[in-house]
Amino acid sequence: MRVTADREVCIGSGNCVFSAPAVFDQDDDEGLVVVLTAQVDDEDADAVQNAVANCPSGALRIVDA
Amino acid sequence: MTQTPAMPLHMQRVGFDPVAELARLRADEGVTEVVTPFGMRAFLVTRYEDIRTVLSDPVRFSNARTDFPLAEQLRLDEAEISRQRAGQLLGLDPPEHTRLRRMLTPEFSVRRIRRLAPRIEEIVTSHLDDLEREGPPADLVSRFALPVPSLVICELLGVPYSEREQFQRRTARQLDLSVPLAERVTLNRESRQFMQEQVSRAQAAPGDDLLGMLVRDHGDELSNDELVGVGLLLLIAGHETTANMLGLGTLALLRHPDQLAQVRDDPTAVEPAVEELLRWLSIVPAGILRTTTTEVTLAGRTLPAGALVAASLVAANRDAAFVEDPNRLDITRGALGHLAFGHGVHHCLGAPLARLEMTIAFPALLRRFPQLALAVPFEEVGFRPHHFIFGLQSLPVTW
Repeated sequence: MRVTADREVCIGSGNCVFSAPAVFDQDDDEGLVVVLTAQVDDEDADAVQNAVANCPSGALRIVDA
Repeated sequence: MTQTPAMPLHMQRVGFDPVAELARLRADEGVTEVVTPFGMRAFLVTRYEDIRTVLSDPVRFSNARTDFPLAEQLRLDEAEISRQRAGQLLGLDPPEHTRLRRMLTPEFSVRRIRRLAPRIEEIVTSHLDDLEREGPPADLVSRFALPVPSLVICELLGVPYSEREQFQRRTARQLDLSVPLAERVTLNRESRQFMQEQVSRAQAAPGDDLLGMLVRDHGDELSNDELVGVGLLLLIAGHETTANMLGLGTLALLRHPDQLAQVRDDPTAVEPAVEELLRWLSIVPAGILRTTTTEVTLAGRTLPAGALVAASLVAANRDAAFVEDPNRLDITRGALGHLAFGHGVHHCLGAPLARLEMTIAFPALLRRFPQLALAVPFEEVGFRPHHFIFGLQSLPVTW
């Protein structure tokens, strides 16, 4: 599973960082989402799916299952 | 002087819970016409998925209002209305909203906010020390729940904490619908005057705080009125919301002693407990009213363009389509996707700060006073029935 983030859409809520801290972070300059590991490990898959489904701005996408 | 305003359905509670009628409307209708506290007709949306639809679509559901309710009655002129609107992120749509929000986003990233943890721990500890020294009983709202987030936001923003009694009083009354509207307008003017003084000070000598940062980094992009508006929004949102979560959350845990013990004794239980308390309490009953920009259909009902829409966050968070057995507080459910912070581009900017403050404050309080208990019967605890934000008047406790 791969995950991508659209920083133009991101509002920096930080919800994804709470859900899946191994996969998402925010940069210091803009506070917007940074994907740390686009290729998601199985152990993080549920948390990433939750983060994608619940991203307030709809900035996250799973690109292949 | 106070009066008893008629509260729309989604702002009424019985103890912690929304009224049963709200659940019935969610099940039977989904969209219901209500009268807002300002006497305007609005469509109340009550289902989780519909509310997400409303909140995540700023094109069809606009936050920017063209009219200003009661402007004539209150003798507000155009210039004052325009001043009051400047910098109010919740009253703006993209791209104007995006421009302001982007200036603030880096300051509220999870990483940046976590750097405040040691200072928040110090603030929590010193308030608990004071409580312990003076001994029980005590009002947990005025001695802990309100001062802790107030001091945190003052330091973050760069507002002198010595002014707290004034701004806490003004905020509490401005948001209280039982206070006559004319008085709330006067309080709003006083609040703006107060924030103008803080902004002027920051403009003369910008410090390391948030107001200083805005002046230093964005001073030529922001008007004076925008700085005042942003500062005021952050000050009010920064203390009044977390304060009510800390007070109500403690009361909720006291009413669920097994769950209280988990929060006290198991560090891994704390973060999920905070999320569940956010969901279950839903202290902000609805998002800012949206205005439809076109004809829309929600829950099978067609709404005309120009209609006001109230998205009930408490109805969404108590929707069985979202979580099982939604009226039960269960800190182990770890439900993500609650709408207590809203949804869409207006999702709470300060959410990482609110989460951190609660994650530190709840266990610290419960560990310091393992025997914490209500000092009055539950039936005598005063909820605030007429407030824009759900909360407690006071919380008498002993230990």
